[in-house]
Amino acid sequence: MSRLRLYQLAVIAGFILILEALCLAGVIDKITMPPPHIIVRDFVSMVLAGRYFDDIGKSLSNVLVAFASAYVLGIATGCILHGYKTARDILDPLFATYYAIPIFAFYPLFIIMFGLGDGPQLLIGLLLAVVAVIVTTLNGLDRVPPVLMKTARVSGLNPLQTALRVTLPFCAPYLLTAAKLALAYAFIGVIGSEFIMARSGMGYEISYAYTNFDNATMYPLILMILILSIAANSLLSHWERVLLARRGQK
Amino acid sequence: MSAGQVTLRGVTKAFPAGSGGQVVHALGPIDIEIRKGEFFAVVGPSGCGKSTLLELIAGLTAPTQGQIEFEGRPIQNIPDGVGVVFQEDACFPWLNVQENIEFGLRQKSIGPEEKARRAAAAIDMMGLRDFARSYPAQLSGGMRQRVCIARTIVAQPRLILLDEPFGALDQQTRLLMGDEILRLWREIGATIFLITHALDEAVMLADRIVVMSARPGQAIDLVETGWPRERDSRIVEHENFGSLTSRLWKSLREESLKTMGRTGSAHE
Repeated sequence: MSRLRLYQLAVIAGFILILEALCLAGVIDKITMPPPHIIVRDFVSMVLAGRYFDDIGKSLSNVLVAFASAYVLGIATGCILHGYKTARDILDPLFATYYAIPIFAFYPLFIIMFGLGDGPQLLIGLLLAVVAVIVTTLNGLDRVPPVLMKTARVSGLNPLQTALRVTLPFCAPYLLTAAKLALAYAFIGVIGSEFIMARSGMGYEISYAYTNFDNATMYPLILMILILSIAANSLLSHWERVLLARRGQK
Repeated sequence: MSAGQVTLRGVTKAFPAGSGGQVVHALGPIDIEIRKGEFFAVVGPSGCGKSTLLELIAGLTAPTQGQIEFEGRPIQNIPDGVGVVFQEDACFPWLNVQENIEFGLRQKSIGPEEKARRAAAAIDMMGLRDFARSYPAQLSGGMRQRVCIARTIVAQPRLILLDEPFGALDQQTRLLMGDEILRLWREIGATIFLITHALDEAVMLADRIVVMSARPGQAIDLVETGWPRERDSRIVEHENFGSLTSRLWKSLREESLKTMGRTGSAHE
């Protein structure tokens, strides 16, 4: 393990220890937050008893659907826009200012339009994630060196083969970055929507536990979200590092 | 030596202008005949359309006027039997050396054993055996250019187009790569068409050299070096080397000045 990694772990461990000390000393009272070791204990018993697995499953499957549809739609849109300069120029201001729009503000509207089901949550996740994928895809496609395209042509590749053997492999690191962003945005969109208004899901349960001072439920669920989100992101980051290391870019 | 593997007759190339500008007349009219098996070089001032000329012969772009024939047939698309090595680093960074070289065989309908055999031969020929599993990022610029050359020759082209292939390399590496190219040229028997801005490189490598004028590029001189086929970079010591180089420079000097004057007035 590298020295840097040790320091990183030490910072996290130190932070948890300080929290523990503050909780045990009563600086942070029990109603606000239980000590970390209690949170972990509650987390373990929640997992062992299988409590809230329905909610976790529902949230995760919504995150996955929002992520996958944003990813596919975003890459397709990026590829198409790359070929149509005018369309791209028209949409460019939208992409540039897109993340200044609080997408959650449309959530009530979506509930009116589609009812209080998975639809509005998926839509929020999709809308948050899709533009990051489009922009990252375009960014990757812009960087394909013209000489590689010429090489594909003189090697006799047709447009489909060029896309599969040259353009996409070149863009692979960008597509992985897009996946990381899309997954994070899908998490935010889905869990956030559940907080605001939903009938189930992790966000809903956390919000419900919060209103009922149910710390034994709220904190383990927060811990669960942290673990799931960080695990998914680390996996993609690791993959990204392997790709980039091979290309000498990191 | 049978004549005319590549024939250009009255070839011109004009590019449509950007918004409001005029049509850019980049090249020609130009007539060139490249003989089968020779080492042919083109020198010219920057912006004279040298690279356009190469792209025309490679079938990457179509002429505005005139005809180009490769082995008696007009060039359409990318002709089979023509390989190109570009100036820029054209290695695929996600493929290792062996995979990069095998890429040159992708479109050939040959079996996997034959592919492996040919790739191994190209790897040996370019001295890349110890690097077959390395990725381009681990190699120097000269080694990467060897990979690109190997990827081109593995397809066994009858005509190899080199677009300033040593432009990005340092002087020693250029001379050594020159030796490699001369050796390759003798071993595989293909015709070589080299574009360069380095006069000494052209004189050192080529049998015949065309000098191009400033834009629109036209052939203003054709120099035969008369070197023996067995030669290497030490040919620079030959008594004719200096006079050949200065003859090229005499033809080129005025054209280069024109280009500089033109770009100077256009940008200031």
